[in-house]
Amino acid sequence: MLEGALLLAALATGDPQAGEAIYPRCAACHALAYDRVGPRHCGVIGRRAGSVAGFEYSPAMKRSKLTWTRENLERFLADPVGTVPGTTMTYAGVPDAKERVDLVAFLANAKCK
Amino acid sequence: MSSFFSIPNPAAARRLFLAQSGLVLSGAAVALLAGRDALAAKSKAGGADDVRILNTALGAELEAIAAYQVGAESGLLQKPVHALAVQFQGHHKEHADVLAKTVQKLGGKPVVAKSKYSFPVEGLKVQADVLRFAASLEQGAVSAYLGAVPLFANRDLSKAAASILGDEAMHWAVLRNALGENPVPSAFVS
Ligand code: HEC
Repeated sequence: MLEGALLLAALATGDPQAGEAIYPRCAACHALAYDRVGPRHCGVIGRRAGSVAGFEYSPAMKRSKLTWTRENLERFLADPVGTVPGTTMTYAGVPDAKERVDLVAFLANAKCK
Repeated sequence: MSSFFSIPNPAAARRLFLAQSGLVLSGAAVALLAGRDALAAKSKAGGADDVRILNTALGAELEAIAAYQVGAESGLLQKPVHALAVQFQGHHKEHADVLAKTVQKLGGKPVVAKSKYSFPVEGLKVQADVLRFAASLEQGAVSAYLGAVPLFANRDLSKAAASILGDEAMHWAVLRNALGENPVPSAFVS
């Protein structure tokens, strides 16, 4: 019973370890703990889009009024330029839905002190 | 033809690399610069978007140049590896140069290097750490260009981005090889 429930939960929320293996695709522009071409990812879940102090966002991202819920993150990562037209994250996205869920699970569980 | 698979030491890999490089970058330069009029003409339609894509790529290239500088100055690299790092940095400089010129041609303002970059320098203790750091940047760059290729309105720019992607994938493979890892871990990059 319990095991079944845990399994279901894992399916719904993704596999952080699988997500970690996908994260290197983001590594030209992002790091967890510091800003690069893109903003830091630590604490991104629940954060308002475009809100890392000191990072120069596009006007489009600042105006997007998105909050990075898991759902919005998955939507954005599927098609960054389509979701936030004018974004400087000029990246086609992660087309595979399971990969997106795993990636978001990784971001949610990432060790950030 | 010999391959990187059969080359255990970086110096030999570098000789092979030197013998085979050159073509790729001049290809990018040609694609970007030769289509001067076509590019200028298209800058009204999808130009703003293409400029944005080029500028994001330029930002990443400028960071890579700075990262290789940190690696080269770390004092951790043996001579042949150091030479390889300087050569790869030179490629990134060529990429940045051609990207900046193209942004300008399209009427945009090229981004400039940051005055300061954050790098995980505390983690760089031995040569392998530097190689791993460089490999992660090159792997990321391959993915970044792969994600840019389908976005350009101007297909000449897609071609140029693919040409740069090829060069960075070669860097990644050589760095993996120098680390003793499978230089080409899969049939596709993602
Ligand atoms: C080519 C560089 C590049 C790549 C590759 C890239 N990003 Fe981004 N990312 C950016 C930039 C630049 C921004 C800021 C966008 C803006 O201001 O419009 C950004 C913004 C974001 C944001 C919004 C953060 C905030 O603070 O509002 C998230 C989330 C994000 N990226 C996740 C990812 C993930 C996950 C990946 C890997 C699948 C990835 N990015 C790959 C450049 C990139």
